[in-house]
Amino acid sequence: MKSFLETLRKLWADPMGKIGMIGVFLLIAMAICAPLLAPYPYDQIGMRFQPPSAEHIFGTDKFGRDIFSRVLYGAQVSIQVGVIAVGIGAVCGYLLGLVAGYFEGVVDRVIMCVMDVLFAFPSILLAIFISAVLGKGIGPTMVAIGIVNIPVFCRTVRAAVISAKGLEYVQNAKSVGVKTWPLLLHHISPNVVAPFTVQVTLALSGAILTEATLSFLGMGIQPPSPSWGSMLSEARADMARSPWVALFPLLFIVVTILIFNILGDSLRDVLDPKLKV
Amino acid sequence: MKNYIIRRLLQLIPVLLGISIAIFAVLRLIPGGFASGMLGIDATPELIEQVNARYGLDQPAITQYFNWIGGVLRGDFGQSFRSGAEILPEILTRFQVTAELTILAAIISWVIALPLGILAAVKRNKLVDRVVRVVALLGVSVPGFALSILIILVLSLAFNYYPPLNYVGLFEDPLRNLEIMFLPALILGTSMAGSVMRMTRSSVLEVLRQDFIKTVRAKGASERVAIFKHALRNALIPIVTLIGLQMGSLLGGAVVVEQIFSLPGLGQMTLTGINNRDYPVVQGCVLFIAFIYVLVNLVVDLLYAYIDPRISYD
Repeated sequence: MKSFLETLRKLWADPMGKIGMIGVFLLIAMAICAPLLAPYPYDQIGMRFQPPSAEHIFGTDKFGRDIFSRVLYGAQVSIQVGVIAVGIGAVCGYLLGLVAGYFEGVVDRVIMCVMDVLFAFPSILLAIFISAVLGKGIGPTMVAIGIVNIPVFCRTVRAAVISAKGLEYVQNAKSVGVKTWPLLLHHISPNVVAPFTVQVTLALSGAILTEATLSFLGMGIQPPSPSWGSMLSEARADMARSPWVALFPLLFIVVTILIFNILGDSLRDVLDPKLKV
Repeated sequence: MKNYIIRRLLQLIPVLLGISIAIFAVLRLIPGGFASGMLGIDATPELIEQVNARYGLDQPAITQYFNWIGGVLRGDFGQSFRSGAEILPEILTRFQVTAELTILAAIISWVIALPLGILAAVKRNKLVDRVVRVVALLGVSVPGFALSILIILVLSLAFNYYPPLNYVGLFEDPLRNLEIMFLPALILGTSMAGSVMRMTRSSVLEVLRQDFIKTVRAKGASERVAIFKHALRNALIPIVTLIGLQMGSLLGGAVVVEQIFSLPGLGQMTLTGINNRDYPVVQGCVLFIAFIYVLVNLVVDLLYAYIDPRISYD
């Protein structure tokens, strides 16, 4: 807890970290407060293609739905998919990486061979493929993106475990009879926290981007559920006539990814200065 | 070196075999198989049975797999269930489009990223460095499809220009082909440039701090010689690794940009195959993409020895 607060303090002291933290806070607040902030239900139909005005500050889409309300609810979808998908990838990748790195041998070879197979696909293609198997909608999209994220977490954790295993205090703990799992959880895991946390933050922006891309291709969140990607996909045909339909979801996708990248970069500088770019 | 290449190529066999089994098994798990997808609302159990029998889908899965992989090993990827066309020639034709897009995008990204990354490293913490870092961060944060839409929006609203959508091959009409490919390549290249810029900056910075650069400078070499002859070459390995990974990813991952600009590439072929439940097409495309991806990684590894003569694979 103390080191967590210390990290937050260091992040706050860094100007970019401050921007990232404020941005993420605003984004989460926007997602949580969407029902309170949205002037209309996200699926309420009205006058089509209304330009931005006092009544509809971001205008309306081809079904007359208020774009501002849909963008707010879209933040809920993005954050939810991002957090749960990265959670799935992080937990599975962490456990697999811990086991592969610690036990090595056959277990390591089998796990890493599966990871190599997953890594041999471009990530978006893998996500499309898994989505096709699991079906469309928010749940399958989260699982698909989660699976895509497993290999990168597994490799990060495995590398950290292998380097931690050789440290003197770990060898000492082993020699005084500390059992495997307590050794992994209490002695080796703390060494994995820094690269793992950085990876989580960076994976969040990747997960939000993948969700938007999948929904844009019609493989992710399905209309009328408001996802920024599917809003952009629906807007493509009409964007020359009514540019606001595409502009606002696009802006929110870019700003969200930017915020998470800024936070991720700053967190890496704080936790792992060797990797500073 | 020759032994190393043979060893690496042999190591590819289990990975590609794993991919072929995974792709084959996972495709059969997609809800609504090929027959019900093709027949649509007309699907009855009898008709589904007939279609399955016609395409050999009624055979045990293991027989189907060995039939398919046996064909692949003989260079026969089978025929598309939908169009009946031979798959391998179609993959190779589509690969030309994707490869051209990838190479153009990579060239654009190098032209943007390498000079700016080096400049940022040399002018560390100066205004130009800050500007480059912000541009690079924007580059990695703006997704390809968002940038495509933004550019199409700006071009159509400000210049009444709409990107051409009818693809023409490079050898049919090179100028028209470049006109079609330039915008998607620029978009992908810009997206790639962000990470290459960041990697170039950090890698050159790292090398510039090392003692041998101090020695080079102390011996009176000009700053240009110190940076381009000594620092850059030593900083190239992580940059080449990143570029290799990016190029490998683009071979199948350019699917979104291919879709937006109606380019008949490999990604689009795979996506259409998945939507149509066209098993042989998807199996063939995925295996081919994975093969090229691992091959690109091998080429990157071999490039290490060329960049840094200390690395030897013998």
